[in-house]
Order: sequence, then structure tokens, then C-alpha cells
Amino acid sequence: MQKLGDFKLPHFFNYPPYFTLQPVRETSEKQIQLWKELILDYCRIQKIFVIRLEEEFPLFSNSVVERTLSHEAREAFLSALVAEGRAEWLDKGRRNCLILWHRIQEWADIIVNFVKDNGFEDSVMTVEEIRSGIESRGTELQGIDRTILVRALKLLEHKGKLAIFKGTSTDDEGVKFSV
Amino acid sequence: MVKYSREPDNPTKWSYLSMLQNLEQKKSFLISRKKYPKLIAAGMSNFFSKAEVTSSGRPVLLHNEVECHLLSAVDLEPEDHRHFSLLKSGLLILTTHRLIWLLSSSASTPTSASAIPLAAISHIFSSKKSLKSVFHSPRIRFQVLVSSDGRVFDPSSGSGSSSGSGSRSVVVTAVIRGKGDCDGFLVKFWDSWRARVWETTKISSSGSGSASGSGVATGIGGGLYSSDGSVRMVGVAGILRKEQEMWESTDKSLQDAFQDLNALMSKAKEMVMLAEKMRQKLLSGTSSQTSGTNDEDMGSKEEMQDWLLSVGIISPVTKESAGALYHQQLSRQLADFVRIPLERAGGMINLIDAYCLFNRARGTELISPDDMLQACSLWEKFDVPVMLRKFDSGVMVIQNKSHSDEEVFARIKSLVTKPEALRTGISPTDAAMTLGIAPAMAKEHLLTAESKGLLCRDISPDGFRFYINLFPEIDPCNMYFVKDYGICSTWIKAVSTTGLGIGERSSTFR
Repeated sequence: MQKLGDFKLPHFFNYPPYFTLQPVRETSEKQIQLWKELILDYCRIQKIFVIRLEEEFPLFSNSVVERTLSHEAREAFLSALVAEGRAEWLDKGRRNCLILWHRIQEWADIIVNFVKDNGFEDSVMTVEEIRSGIESRGTELQGIDRTILVRALKLLEHKGKLAIFKGTSTDDEGVKFSV
Repeated sequence: MVKYSREPDNPTKWSYLSMLQNLEQKKSFLISRKKYPKLIAAGMSNFFSKAEVTSSGRPVLLHNEVECHLLSAVDLEPEDHRHFSLLKSGLLILTTHRLIWLLSSSASTPTSASAIPLAAISHIFSSKKSLKSVFHSPRIRFQVLVSSDGRVFDPSSGSGSSSGSGSRSVVVTAVIRGKGDCDGFLVKFWDSWRARVWETTKISSSGSGSASGSGVATGIGGGLYSSDGSVRMVGVAGILRKEQEMWESTDKSLQDAFQDLNALMSKAKEMVMLAEKMRQKLLSGTSSQTSGTNDEDMGSKEEMQDWLLSVGIISPVTKESAGALYHQQLSRQLADFVRIPLERAGGMINLIDAYCLFNRARGTELISPDDMLQACSLWEKFDVPVMLRKFDSGVMVIQNKSHSDEEVFARIKSLVTKPEALRTGISPTDAAMTLGIAPAMAKEHLLTAESKGLLCRDISPDGFRFYINLFPEIDPCNMYFVKDYGICSTWIKAVSTTGLGIGERSSTFR
């Protein structure tokens, strides 16, 4: 099976028409679906949170069959993800896309579980600690994109599960859990 | 002196003829000198016919007479100007019926004019370019038939009288001393003379068929002129004259056939009147239609549409009607013609190609693209084995009604599932070769197959290719699963037979 890093590629990744945006509606719907799944899977495994359209993205080219997705095709697939709620455009020019292979709600749940597992129900942590602290090693939270983390925390704050406050030093924000 | 007129296809005949005429002239002139001395004297100033002039000095034109050309400062010299008058320095006007000469001086308006009816002219000499002519004023020479009293033969007055008008002709020279366009005038002179407009008016005015213009009358009595004033065919001169007239009439009909602009312009008035009349008739016909349309009326209306079409006027009645008979006939003819090219092209031919082939086969009387399109659209109404088909891309083709898309798709499918095609796909050229049709047609078929979900396109620097469509078999929720006997597994097998593992291709493999 062909691999891209650690990621196992499906057989149709070497099917040349897969890299050409299909005009026929039925066919293109299927094609878009396959690409959406592939992108989400790849990002989850490789822990990629942002796709920048103007840069090279390994998934979008196949050197074996010598095909690359056109800019138009990339935009089409990412827009499909955005429409589904699994991604967001970070800028108006649609050059950078935030991939939510977990939805924000799911991330929020992960954070709550993390807090419960580690007994942080009433303690305080900085945002950075959640991301890269010792406790988060080995969990999904390790290396999480800061934007996503903050969004998840805000969602939880809205629900009353925690409170975000500005830290004493100017750099980081702190979180007080009250799960 | 033999007067030559250069006739390309038969130089000897012409010189002989003119030599004969010259001899004739000499003979008749000598005779006339003896016979009609008195008349000669009288004819001094009366060689030409009289032409009426308006109060402002313009010639009065006959009914339907149209002016064609004008030259100033022209002398008219009859050949024998010792006995006939010379007209000096006047305005020479060429019309469809006559050559009119007006005395033009700035001081006075002319009160009278002289004219030579074109009908009296028997021959116009073509201009001779010689060293002499460079230094002289240009000259136009023509031969005029002369009646017995020495005057210019006037067919309108002389018809019916069998006074045995003489068989004489006199050469008149028009010396153009002014700055006018002599060659252009000569061309127009020929045209007007050949057009013989006065004959049509004579026919319409006389009513009976007896006064036919080109009298090949085999009448009794001697002399070259028959009773109605037209030339008779007797003797060697008669035979030669007959040939001359035949040549002239062929020439004239050739001219008409090629629709000389000049002739058309003179007929333009008639055309406009005719078109108006027809339009009125047809429009009044449709507007006054009651619920029960008479079959006869429809028939005659269609005929009128045909006539209009034949002179190039598009029918003013709606085009959605069953179509003029012309289009119907054309439609059937086209259906018959296109059968053979269709077979050769494998059952489908581009409309543009068919148009070119059809017009080439027709030779003359080419049809316009619009006619072609209308003819093809009429096929729906008839029972013909061909049909016009428009693809999504806009390409229009003619195909057999028996042509089945399904059959073509089956052939495409078998082509595209071959191992080679599974690996590299097919291009329109490959399909064209296999299906036996033109590449453009093949591409249309491939695009149609794609729209039906049979194929997928692959656009790359290698070009535009098509593969069998694998997408329907792939399940997004179970992407890595491959059905055992489906098309995907066939594809995987084909692709991996290069021995490089699934999907990997060697660089030499194209």
C-alpha cells in the first residue's frame, strides 16, 4: 500500500481522474466526498490543523501518476469541508483553511475529559500548559492549534465550565476550571 | 479598306463579313448615287432621325427609356459626309433606346436634336489601338442601317411598310474631342445595344406576336428586310448574319445568366414593383384568412413563395409554416445525398462537413448555411432515415436514425476496459481509430459517455484523456475496501501488472 509519511493511501489515490475536477455532477459529488474524507483523515493522523493553499501540501500531489490538484480543485474541496462545518477559512482571500477534524464541540469534550482525568476540576492552568504541558503529552491535546484551543475554551466558558482571565504577565491567558 | 473588328474565336469569319459588307456598301452607294440623287441632297441635313427636346434643352425620353452615358464635344460623321450632314461638337447621350446628339453651346439651348435608334445599328466596331489613335481623338465607329431614302432606318416608323428599304448600311464615326471616358462609353454602348430594351417595349405595345424583334421571318419578296422591318436570312450573307445573331444572342443570354450588374440595375424598378405586389398579395392573403383555408389558396400562395424565393426574396410569410416547397425539395435532396457520406464516416457526420460536401456536389446554385439548417430541421416532419442532432457542446451532426447511442457506449466501454486503457486511459484519437469515425465525432461520443457516468476525464500536461469511471464503486465510509470482482479490482490488477506495485508506474510507461 502506498504511503505518504505514516499515512496509508487508498488505492484510488493513483487513479488519474481523481486529480481532475469532474464536471459531471454525480461523479463530482462522489469525488468531493472522497477528497473530504481523505483530507480529514490525513490531517488527523498527521496532526495538521491549517492548510495553506499557496504552499505545497503533500496530499494534493501524486508523484507516481504525476498529477497535482489545481488551485481551483483545492478550493472546491476545502469549500466543501467548510460547508460541512469541518473547516473554516481563516481569511477572506481563502488562502488559509483551518481544518476541524474534530469539531469545536468535540474538542471541548476532550478538554473536559482531560480535566476530569487529571483532576484539574478546580485548578488553574495557562492555555499554553494545556497545549504543551506534561499532562497533555500523549493525549490529543498535545500540540493542538492555539486558535482551536481558545475557541473550545470559549465555548466551555459560555457553558460555565471554566473562566478565562488574563494572566499577570502579558503573554498568556489562564483558565480556571469549574467542571 | 477592310474594316476589322477583332473577334477572338473566329477572326477569319469577321474579316470576311466586314469585307462583304464593305463591298455591299460600295455597291449600294454607287447605285444610290445614280438612283436617288435628289434624295441625297435632301438627306444632307436629315440623315439622322429627329429627336424631341424639352424647353430646357433636355431630350424627351421615350417610355422606359433610361439614360446610360454622356459624352461632350462629340462629332458625328457619317461615312460619306460629302452627301450626308456632319454633326459637329455636340453632346452625345446614350440611352437604352437611342443615341441622341444635341447641339451644345453655352449660348443657346438646343431646340432640336438628332437621334439614331439603337435598333438601326447593325454593328459596333471595337476600338483599335494603333499609333495613329494615340495622336487623334478617340473614335467610336458603328454601322447604321439606312433606309431607301438615305436616312437612318427608323424601325418604329418603318415597320409594316414593305417599301423595299435598301440593304445599305453606313458607317458612322463619333469623334470624341472632349474629355469624356471613351472606353466606358463604348462598353455601355455595347451593353445597351445588346440589351435590346426597345424590343421588349415593342412586344408589349404591339400585343400580337407577329412583330417579333429578332425576325427570323421567312417571308416572300426579295431584299434583306422582311415585311415587318426585321432582317431576313437569305443567301451567304444571310447565313453569316444568322451566325452573327446566334452568337450575339448566346452572348446576351450568358450575360443575363451571370446577372450583369447593369442589367440588374435596369430591372431593379421591375423587381421592386414585383416584390411589392407579391408582398401585398401574400399579406392580404394571411390576414383575411377565415377558419376554413382553401387548399387551392394555400397552393397558389406556396407557388408565389417559391417564385419569390427563386428571385432571392425571402418569403414575408412566417418561416414556421410547413416551409416553402423549395426547402422541402432541398430537404429531401439533402437526405438522399447525405446517405453515402454518412456510411463512409461511420454513421455520424459533422454538419459543417456535410454542408461543404453538399455544396461541392451541387457545383452551381450553392445553398446558404441557413438553407442547410432549415432543410435539416424539416427532416423531423418527413420520414427520412437521417436526423440532425445537437450535442451539449453545441456541435451539430447528421446521424442515421438507426444510430444507437447505447451501441456506441458499449463499444467505448469495451475499449476503455482493456488493460492498456485501464492504465493510461484513452484519447479521442484512440477512440476515433477504434470506432472508425472522425476524431471530433469521437470526442463528442466520449463526452456524452462521460455525462452518462461511464467515463471520467483526466486533464494533464499529457492531454485530455478518459478513463473508466471507478467512483461509483468506492464507498467513502470504507475507502480502503476493494470489492473482489468489481471494476476497481480489475483496474488495480491491470495497473499493478507492470510489476511495480499498486499504482506505481515506471517513467517509461506512457
